[in-house]
Amino acid sequence: MAENTFTLNQRTVGFLPGQTILEAASAAGVRIPTLCHLRGTSPTGACRICLVEVAGARTLVASCSTPAAANMVVQTESPRVVQARKVILELLLASGEHDCLLCPSCGDCQLQDLAFEYQVSAKRFDRRTDFRPTEANPLIVRDFSRCILCGRCVQACNEVQVNRAISFGYRGKVAKIVAAGDLPLKDSDCVFCGECVQVCPTGALSEQKARTTWRPWKEKKRVRTTCPYCGVGCQQWLHVQDGKIVKVTGVTGAEPNRGRLCVKGRFGYDFIYSEERLKTPLIKENGEFREASWDEALGVVASKFKQIIAESGPDALAGVSCARSINEDSYNMQKLFRAVIGTNNIDHCART
Amino acid sequence: MTNSFNEFARAKMFMVIGSNMVEAHPVAATFLKNAVLNGAQLIVVDPRRHALADLATLHVPIRVGSDIAFLNALMHVLIAEDLYDRKFVGSCTIDFDKLEANVRAYPPERAADICGIAPAMIRDTARRIASVKPMMLCYTLGITEHTCGKNNVQAVANLQMLLGNLGVECGGVNPLRGQNNVQGACDMGALPNVFPGYQSVKDAGHREKFAKAWQTASLPETTGLMIPQMMEGLTTGRVRAFYVFGENLANTEPDIRKVEHELGSAEFLVVQDIFPNETTRFAHVVLPAAAWSENDGTFTNSERRVSRVRTASPPPGLAKPNWWIFRELAKRMGHTWVSNSARALWDDEISVLAPQLCGIKYHRLEGNGLQWPCPDENHEGTCFLHKDGQFTCGLGIFTPIEWTPPAEEACADYPLVLSTGRRLTHYHTRTQTGRCEGLNDLLSEETADISPQDASELSIRNGERIRVRSRRGQVDIKANVTPRVPRGMVWMSFHFRDTCANWLTNPAFDPTTFTAEYKACAVRIEKVDAA
Repeated sequence: MAENTFTLNQRTVGFLPGQTILEAASAAGVRIPTLCHLRGTSPTGACRICLVEVAGARTLVASCSTPAAANMVVQTESPRVVQARKVILELLLASGEHDCLLCPSCGDCQLQDLAFEYQVSAKRFDRRTDFRPTEANPLIVRDFSRCILCGRCVQACNEVQVNRAISFGYRGKVAKIVAAGDLPLKDSDCVFCGECVQVCPTGALSEQKARTTWRPWKEKKRVRTTCPYCGVGCQQWLHVQDGKIVKVTGVTGAEPNRGRLCVKGRFGYDFIYSEERLKTPLIKENGEFREASWDEALGVVASKFKQIIAESGPDALAGVSCARSINEDSYNMQKLFRAVIGTNNIDHCART
Repeated sequence: MTNSFNEFARAKMFMVIGSNMVEAHPVAATFLKNAVLNGAQLIVVDPRRHALADLATLHVPIRVGSDIAFLNALMHVLIAEDLYDRKFVGSCTIDFDKLEANVRAYPPERAADICGIAPAMIRDTARRIASVKPMMLCYTLGITEHTCGKNNVQAVANLQMLLGNLGVECGGVNPLRGQNNVQGACDMGALPNVFPGYQSVKDAGHREKFAKAWQTASLPETTGLMIPQMMEGLTTGRVRAFYVFGENLANTEPDIRKVEHELGSAEFLVVQDIFPNETTRFAHVVLPAAAWSENDGTFTNSERRVSRVRTASPPPGLAKPNWWIFRELAKRMGHTWVSNSARALWDDEISVLAPQLCGIKYHRLEGNGLQWPCPDENHEGTCFLHKDGQFTCGLGIFTPIEWTPPAEEACADYPLVLSTGRRLTHYHTRTQTGRCEGLNDLLSEETADISPQDASELSIRNGERIRVRSRRGQVDIKANVTPRVPRGMVWMSFHFRDTCANWLTNPAFDPTTFTAEYKACAVRIEKVDAA
């Protein structure tokens, strides 16, 4: 209908009432760059990168927080828009220590990508140097010198995960993201879900465990899988580098978690590389375990099972399956008990 | 769950009973919290004022083990004030008269005494849950881990049928499953009474079908033993060989001393796991298994969604996929099984034998997986069950339920009630999370959470070491004085061996499900100095 269209880069496009210019443009296949925009949360208009030119408007407007309106005439890459975006990027680059060489997010940084796209550097303005010290804990590193105060982490914490642990603190030049009145994360309400790290567009928030190992261009494999902890079944990306998982992130848009993870899902992966893993079958002799081959261990189990079946019948055997392992494992275990041993003595912790 | 997680954010009314979702199912809780921020009402029924209660419209702090009295009283009010769904009850259910007679004996005044709350709060709750339709009911182990666990579940189902909240989006009866694949292990028939797909072992037709598929002459028709029966059987010789796959029973079962005596009595114990743990100590043979991300397969989550699990790196040393180990054992016992990969097992056996899963094949699981029932390959899966009030057995049956107290109640010698559960940072006995960098730093030891009132009466300071004793054992542990715990309760988890709640818990079981009463046993606390 005519009243639900506007002009976007000389093209007539439709929009749904309530859609922002950014959303309508995105639906029409037109990309407008953003930094602070976080899908599914209320727009903040903080970073100004998504500025567009609207005919008749006094200033450039933030497309993420301006509703599309009928007959609006919008340009997303006009010379005025591009000029403004370049200045904003220059100011953002000058606002921090954006030295990509040592940044844990190099290669996975939206600020870096935009600086490259618009070919700007941090040379024109004086670079700020008075930063709060980096805060490290075993899981999340907060490097305030790389923070552009876009507020995505605040939106993620308050509106997505609803943990309400972090917010903007102070004002003006000394503004900063704070937890619990500016305390370290571990002394705040933070539950270390890491949603903030996942949405951070720069290297301001990074994972301690991946900080000095993960390099996006070295990542040979990204494996989609399902979390091994609770019954929600969150979908994860396993970032595999040099044959090992070095980082886990949520799969955006996937059911059931839509990109979200908790502290265990995000940080609870490295147990598989523990040196304490069982690596060989063991047989107990005189009270001590000794290593054995599969052939020997399975032979011992099979012959003992056969002996007990012969002496006492199949119901003298019982098995407990695992509620953590894959379906196919439980299927084969119950099949072993029913079809091979001949008993229904198979259970697992189903009812607890 | 009858319904799905993606309905949470759209729901308008929740009743969460016996579920500390924020810690035990954190990501599910985020969607519920999103709904609350958008205006949904949330009623939290729990003895503890846990984190979800902070967001609740109403927190109903019932006493541990009083769930049935509370639920029956809600239904008493709904019927007395004509607030229930007459249409649904009339057309989709039977035995309403039995329920009516049952809950007539639970006026709020009587239930209030049992539940430790005011009668007005029961009436208020009933009116609220009847005022918004549908109401989504979620529960977890606070409902099931009682000697009346099965009855608790039936009372919950009665309530949702009475309100007509079944068979609709954003409604239903939604048990959040504890483990990643506890739903799947049930679906696969790792249960003593059913084959894969919940097909009864008592049914001759089912036995014949599986015997044919598994190329065996016959299959056993007697229902097998449940875990507690198996373990007791170890001491009597009824069970001579015990095969434990991926369960650290020595820490997870109630009354560790009893459990360890049972494990120690086993004539032949095989343990298949990824780490040495408290249970492997008792084993005669230990088999090393591949872990999550070391083999391909599928998990089935709480909402019946079958999702893929994929290999990221190989298992260490000689460790092997579990299905391979079972297949090799079968071979050594004279059975050659054809399927030689998880994919073949699923595509050629599981999805052929379980009617709910027939339409689910690996090639359809690349994206978001599929929710069963999914009867054929053109079916898109099922988000919520009992659509249009159609139940598995036809009409929904109201089952009259009477309240029974926990097996062990507070008394003069043991005046407090111990309730147990999980904390956010760790998982079960920490075989996994205890070996992940950083997680131990967040939570490095267990505490006994007690109320400020009890702490004050016993002059216990926050952080002080105390002794918690039950009839089974005792642990010395740090006190965590918190207003989230009500007076008269001690709350502990089972994550740490030395301070594991299961030194204390009561091995009393629901008579049908054999689920232990982890949520209630009698204890006393003492200052360690004075003890």
